[in-house]
Amino acid sequence: MTLHDFVALAPFSLLTLGVMIQLLAISFWRSQNVALFTALAALIAALFGLTVDGGLGSSVLQDVLVLDGITRFFNSLFLIAAILTALFSHLYLQGRAGEQEEFFVLLLLATLGAMTMAAANHFTTLLLGLEILSISLYVMIGYPEEHQAPLEAALKYLVLSGVASTILLFGMALVYMQTGTLSFAQIGEHGNAGNLMLIGQSMMLAAIAFKLSLVPFHMWTPDVYQGAPAPVTGYLATVSKAAMLVVLLRYGLATDLLSNDNAFMLVTLFGILSMLAGNVLALMQENLKRMLAYSSIAHLGYLMIAVAALRLAADQETALETTLVYLSAYFAMSLAAFGVISMLSDAAGDGDTEAIDAYQGLFWRRPAVAAVLTVSMLALAGIPLTLGFVAKFYLITTGVQGMLWALVWALVVGSAVSIYYYLRVVLVMTRQASDVPDNTRQPAIFEYSLLTVLGAIVVFFGVQPTPLISLVRAALAL
Amino acid sequence: MSIFHAILFLLAGGGVAWLAERVHVNASRWVSLIVLIAGSIWICMVWLAGADAAGNYGLVEFPWIPRFGIDVILAMDGLSLLMVALTLLLGVVAVVSSWSEIDQRRGFFQANLLWTLAGVVGVFTALDLFLFFVFWEVMLVPMYFLIAIWGHENRGYAAMKFFLFTQISGLLLLLAILTLVFLNYQSSGEITFAYHKLLEAQLPEHLTGYLMLGFFIAFVVKLPSIPFHTWLPDAHTQAPTAGSVILAGILLKTGAYGLIRFVVPLFPDAAMDFRWPAMLLGAGSVIYGGYMAYSQSDFKRLVAYSSISHMGFVLLGVFAWNVLALQGAIVQMVAHGFSSAALFMLAGALQQRLHTREMDRFGGLWQRAPRMGVIALFFVVASLGMPGLGTFVGEFLVLMGSFQVDVPLTVAAAIGIIVAAVYSLSLMQRSFQGGVNPDTENMADFGAREMSVMVLMAIALIGLGVFPQPILDISAVVVNGLPGVGS
Repeated sequence: MTLHDFVALAPFSLLTLGVMIQLLAISFWRSQNVALFTALAALIAALFGLTVDGGLGSSVLQDVLVLDGITRFFNSLFLIAAILTALFSHLYLQGRAGEQEEFFVLLLLATLGAMTMAAANHFTTLLLGLEILSISLYVMIGYPEEHQAPLEAALKYLVLSGVASTILLFGMALVYMQTGTLSFAQIGEHGNAGNLMLIGQSMMLAAIAFKLSLVPFHMWTPDVYQGAPAPVTGYLATVSKAAMLVVLLRYGLATDLLSNDNAFMLVTLFGILSMLAGNVLALMQENLKRMLAYSSIAHLGYLMIAVAALRLAADQETALETTLVYLSAYFAMSLAAFGVISMLSDAAGDGDTEAIDAYQGLFWRRPAVAAVLTVSMLALAGIPLTLGFVAKFYLITTGVQGMLWALVWALVVGSAVSIYYYLRVVLVMTRQASDVPDNTRQPAIFEYSLLTVLGAIVVFFGVQPTPLISLVRAALAL
Repeated sequence: MSIFHAILFLLAGGGVAWLAERVHVNASRWVSLIVLIAGSIWICMVWLAGADAAGNYGLVEFPWIPRFGIDVILAMDGLSLLMVALTLLLGVVAVVSSWSEIDQRRGFFQANLLWTLAGVVGVFTALDLFLFFVFWEVMLVPMYFLIAIWGHENRGYAAMKFFLFTQISGLLLLLAILTLVFLNYQSSGEITFAYHKLLEAQLPEHLTGYLMLGFFIAFVVKLPSIPFHTWLPDAHTQAPTAGSVILAGILLKTGAYGLIRFVVPLFPDAAMDFRWPAMLLGAGSVIYGGYMAYSQSDFKRLVAYSSISHMGFVLLGVFAWNVLALQGAIVQMVAHGFSSAALFMLAGALQQRLHTREMDRFGGLWQRAPRMGVIALFFVVASLGMPGLGTFVGEFLVLMGSFQVDVPLTVAAAIGIIVAAVYSLSLMQRSFQGGVNPDTENMADFGAREMSVMVLMAIALIGLGVFPQPILDISAVVVNGLPGVGS
């Protein structure tokens, strides 16, 4: 390894250093503020490390880690999401009895895992990153252990995600048996032929579909989303999904996976089923977190259009660009929605403010928060002048360009259905305020400002997407 | 002031109106009235200044999203100018009609009103398909709020239905636009959403029919024509008065405008192949709307169904696609804008005074409120197509034009005029004549504020009826420039 490589690894090392400092600090001095500030410092330092690294081009370290524009783009997204999660969790957790400091250690570790996955170019790093991320998430989901719902969610996620990981491992083993290598690039040289490859890659796809909560591997999603503390749900919905999607993209690109009819059919099927089932099931939810769970199933289904478009070499650039734009939009919209839920909820209470009816009259009680949630809902529904529309526009363009008509029609039908349930949230907020007193904790100014910034980002890039497009294209070196 | 600035002016005016509520409870409505009067003065000045050599009354063009060749192109030809003028004038009517009706969240109400109008002006002037689509969708969001927040008893349902219908058809439109752009990219190598470039697109023949249908459905849902009309009676009935005025007076016209501007010019052959079914839908809407209007007991619902009937003439005229019929359709759009706005305003005034829209509970209102009676009679007569008023000119020209294309459908649509007489007069009889209902005692008549707008709209309709030449002149330039219009 050269000095250059060490600089390129700076974000990872800085985050690791942050974890160690945090652990030391906590063992001497139990204070949530200290834990929060060290976490923020480490995350911001890592983000800064990424910008320093920005001029370095792309490098591959020992064939296991690839540090290129895509890695940097996703790592920035993960770090920003982690910063927001840390800030949203702070007051949310504060009222709770017990120690909160470890939560921030886990958050850093999970982010480290996700960042490793974004850089993974080899089965070992992939698995390492995935396990760091997942194990940290189990604990984060069940962190308010005095309540039943988070514990149940954590256990459910632990067992099911564990099964998915083993299936992934089994699939990897079969691929290894056929090719004799664990490196994406070398598997790519070997080609996709062979029965072992077929079975192995199908198993891997199934496991990835589980982590991305694609139908029919989505069963865990609503329960876990509902049970997890709101800030963690936001993190789970964004970072853990995007990390797995980068892996799918990288593996798909390196091995030309989608040119294989079997894999292409699976991805198309996952996509269509997720778009339709996710949206239809979301219609029936009375709980905002469950509704967002089904909506995230649908959104990951939409993204399968971009994955399926990797099939033809001519469409790959557009497909990558679409994925990056879509995920950026999805991060902003989802984090805004979960930010609102976190802000109105309290870990000390029994359950979050998650019934849709609890948002009745929010427009008149807390106009700023309601405005952000409205923007987020409209964006998720893909209404123009929001980032969500730009993202959906990209997807349809990719689908039309790649002639993926079945997926495009599923997207149209799915989006049509989705408008109803997103709008319903807005409608409930415009009703007259209910007589039920607003017993949530007092939100802080910084929470208001964060949410306003998120809402403003969704609108600004919706009106003028060119800066975002330039960033994405620069990351992809287009 | 360019078109772009005018749209920004309306948007900013909305923001100011919202904030003005904090200064004084009634400041918002003044802000929005002043903004709209200023806008109306602007459009009159643009009109008087005349068109340039290319027939445009203004053109703004600058890049927006270069990645996809998307530009901001805003231009006004004669048709756009007429529609923008109608939008701004009816905007003034809408503000006046809701002057004292809205008693809560006044600022936000006026803001949504102005934002809807800004979106509509964008729809009528955008000549980049992406920009057009953005305006097309965005104008619905504030309209949705207008219905959902200030609407009547069943507002949530109506607002949702309105939004779903238009959004779902909007998705079809988006898919059709993107496919059109992609096909054009394949044949010309240029990604562009510009209308004038797409007019020359070389399209594979087996796909144009589907693309045309994508556009067609989006626009006839808005028009609305059977079988896509079911959102309209609910939305119009549940909306607050200003919302109904804007919906009936302006938003429906965006559908007709889209048919004239996009469907036929972009896909002339496919549209002409589809001529008969489209005209059938038009004639069908005329009859069905009239029939349904007659069977309503709710004043607003009756007017809503009559809108479906009147807009059927527009669909008929557009697909007859000759000079007479198209000019008739354009006149009909303007005339219906005024007549339906006035009737909805009347319905709103009655509801505000009597807290019901059921005509069974009106009865003999002429004796209680003679000024209202006169106004109602005038606009009811306008709605049934009395010669000398604007609607007659529109319907007559449409029927003249479509007679040359398809006789049976024209005859069927002409029967619609008789149906119009039946439901219009029944509306008049049931509400304003007959026995006086004791519940309506102490009902206030129209005041000066309401009378002044009503008289203004009446003058406009008479003007259109006896001297439609200026409108015909200005639309003739546009109509003669359309592909395939024999001249």
